[in-house]
Amino acid sequence: MQDFPPWKIWAIVLTVLAGILFAVPNFFSEQQLAALPKGVPAQHLNLGLDLRGGSHILLEADPADVRRGRLETLEEIVRTELRQSDSGPVPYLDLSVRDGAISFTVRNGADIDRAIETMRGLSRPVGQLAAGRDLDVSLIDGNRVVVRPTPAGLSAETDAAMTQAVEVIRRRIDELGTREPTIIRQGDTRIVVQVPGLQDPDALKSLLGKTAKLEFKLVDTEADPALAAQGRAPPGSQVVPNAEGGTLIVKRRVMISGDQLVDSQPSFQDGLPVVSFRFDSVGGKRFAKATQENTGKPFAIILDGQVISAPRINEPILGGSGIISGSFTTESANELAILLRSGKLPVALTVIEERTVGPDLGADSIRAGAIASILATFLVAAFMIVTYGRFGVYSVIALLLNAVLIIGIMSGLGATLTLPGIAGFVLTIGAAVDANVLINERIREELRKGRNVVSSINTGYTEASRTIFDANVTNVIAAVIMFWFGSGPIKGFAVVLTIGIVTSVFTAVTVTRLMVNLWLRRERPQVLVL
Amino acid sequence: MRLLKLVPDNTNFKFLKWRNLAIGISIALILGSIALVAMRGLNFGVDFAGGLMMEVRFEQAADLDSLRRTVAAGGAGEGSLQTFGDPRTVAIRLPLPPGDDAAVQKVVKQVQATIRAENPKAEFRRVETVSGKVSGELIRDGALALLLAMMGISIYIWFRFEWQFGVGALFALVHDVALTLGFFALTQLEFDLNIVAALLTIIGYSLNDTIVVYDRIRENLRKYRKMDIETILDLSINETLSRTIVTSVSMMIALGTLVVLGGSVLFGFSVAMLLGIFIGTYSSIFIGASILLWMGVGPHSFVPADAGPDAKLKAKAEAQGQV
Repeated sequence: MQDFPPWKIWAIVLTVLAGILFAVPNFFSEQQLAALPKGVPAQHLNLGLDLRGGSHILLEADPADVRRGRLETLEEIVRTELRQSDSGPVPYLDLSVRDGAISFTVRNGADIDRAIETMRGLSRPVGQLAAGRDLDVSLIDGNRVVVRPTPAGLSAETDAAMTQAVEVIRRRIDELGTREPTIIRQGDTRIVVQVPGLQDPDALKSLLGKTAKLEFKLVDTEADPALAAQGRAPPGSQVVPNAEGGTLIVKRRVMISGDQLVDSQPSFQDGLPVVSFRFDSVGGKRFAKATQENTGKPFAIILDGQVISAPRINEPILGGSGIISGSFTTESANELAILLRSGKLPVALTVIEERTVGPDLGADSIRAGAIASILATFLVAAFMIVTYGRFGVYSVIALLLNAVLIIGIMSGLGATLTLPGIAGFVLTIGAAVDANVLINERIREELRKGRNVVSSINTGYTEASRTIFDANVTNVIAAVIMFWFGSGPIKGFAVVLTIGIVTSVFTAVTVTRLMVNLWLRRERPQVLVL
Repeated sequence: MRLLKLVPDNTNFKFLKWRNLAIGISIALILGSIALVAMRGLNFGVDFAGGLMMEVRFEQAADLDSLRRTVAAGGAGEGSLQTFGDPRTVAIRLPLPPGDDAAVQKVVKQVQATIRAENPKAEFRRVETVSGKVSGELIRDGALALLLAMMGISIYIWFRFEWQFGVGALFALVHDVALTLGFFALTQLEFDLNIVAALLTIIGYSLNDTIVVYDRIRENLRKYRKMDIETILDLSINETLSRTIVTSVSMMIALGTLVVLGGSVLFGFSVAMLLGIFIGTYSSIFIGASILLWMGVGPHSFVPADAGPDAKLKAKAEAQGQV
């Protein structure tokens, strides 16, 4: 007879109690739990968005966009560096961006080495142990210098942009005042945003979809309107679409950008919604200087490549703050203020997957699922008891403990229960039933062969345990593979399955064995009806 | 107290006598399933097909034809509509409009407005949009997880038992998955990621069943070394029959409840599992053991490891000598 020394009994009882302790909070409301003292487990089981309602949005950044941005800034840096190099200016011709690189022709052959040196000075170490450089400088055709961002440099750039994008998105969502948003980076270029219990995800998505790159540029008043109509602009200027239709020709050079904003609020002017903004001290000074130099001229306020308004500078703006008026509604003014406050996204993001489950459907699913599960448990329990009598009762106790332990462990770990997770739950309950059936059938068989009660039980447990072990190892293999290779929902399934395998073996084999042995000790039965 | 015994003690069914018929039926069903999947295709949900899906709940049973016209009149394009769980709930599927998220939002708003105009109380319970890129990845990841899980399990069984058992288990798995896919192609029930989870559950369950029988076969092969292999296989299936039936019945009780009461979201998935349990039980009784017979499993397959490397060959020679 397998021996259960007191310490073993206590270990089993304590494990079960710990599981129950973690599972219990699920039967109380959040308010009741809040009243509990600290240190007591008070965590609810996390329900997936498919069960409780909410929005799941998958955003993807285009790495080409990062490269474009990098080349844009790099072009400016190269230009400045050539003009103000430590060793004096380097005269150059034909500086252009082509095929993912910046190139220029050095005018004097004597300057070539100096130009290359200067360009090399721009590159920074990147990668593991800083083994690589972020720029590759080479010379073609004898006098043309090519500065090319390396793949390692670009991927470091993308990485930094994504990390920053997650922060910006978090700030934007926090502004909406939603509770418990989850914002996680996924892979190299993706961000998952999950917001539970949101009735209308449109506001959220419109916030996520915008880059919010704000620029102030002077309007090119000398440009020929006929040219603009053809979509062409004179050198140094560009054509920008107007938010309300039409186009506007503006100077390429950015007077000041939104990066230097410190605050932005929706407000009203003459009864119309406007957005007020304030620059930091550096930005404020630049803004003051620019408005002083260009008083009387119109300038364009450009958001994400669209002119939202083009007012005339009536007087120098010295306080570092101003107002954007345009055709705003109260909502759009508020949205723009949030976007400007939380900063621009370093890279454009597009929504590639969205799932929104209304709270009613979520609630219906939970209710239907719960009713069905309770009834199913009841029916299976009745079936087990009718089939195995006393041992059936033990099995049912083990099954209930198994369910409680799974819930407890998931609550304690903060794991999320999704719909596929429920499938995993059903499978493990099935496996637990099966383990009990295997043991009980084997005991029946041994009894039929004429063994005595104790010996039948011992053989039954030993022989059945081997089968149970094999069956569960294969399930663990499946679960691990699913966890590594599967996508979201399949992962949810794998998590529950893995937890369930451990608890079902523990309850079906160890816990029932304990109950059976205690019964054997107490009653010393000579016959067993099974 | 008299206890319920679904299967009487000491049954002695000659399951293997039917093996040619059983395998014939199974192969026919597998081929039929493949043909069905090839011809009719699976009704991929937005997870795998990409596109836009809206679940709408009406006050009374919805008239699909007029609803279809309403959606088309809204300018959203050709939609596919089907009731979902109950006649009041309709799933509307639309292709993803070209352009960015703003274009998608416009279509969603349009459809919602046109439906609301005729049914002010309509409730939009769920909206899902999946781009073609993501759906492609989901198919790839789902299929990969499924295949690798099947391979991994077969390899484990090979190591733990013998290679013939690994092949047998793999065949049983392919059998169960193929038939379930065939069922989905036949009924055109929506096939989405949740169904993949159901398929994985079926694999897990069917395997459990197969391993229980295999484990008993291994035990009996070691115990009755002189017994005829067909008799051993039949004996093993009969000995585990009561367990197979009791477990399957309790699973079916649980899943049957989920099908009837589990609600629209759980429906497809509970049906898939119920069917899978049925197929899995059949395959572990009729298919798993028959394959072993063809693969030439015999008492020589399990010789204690400490008997040395030659023992296996010797045992094999002995076994062949007997025939």
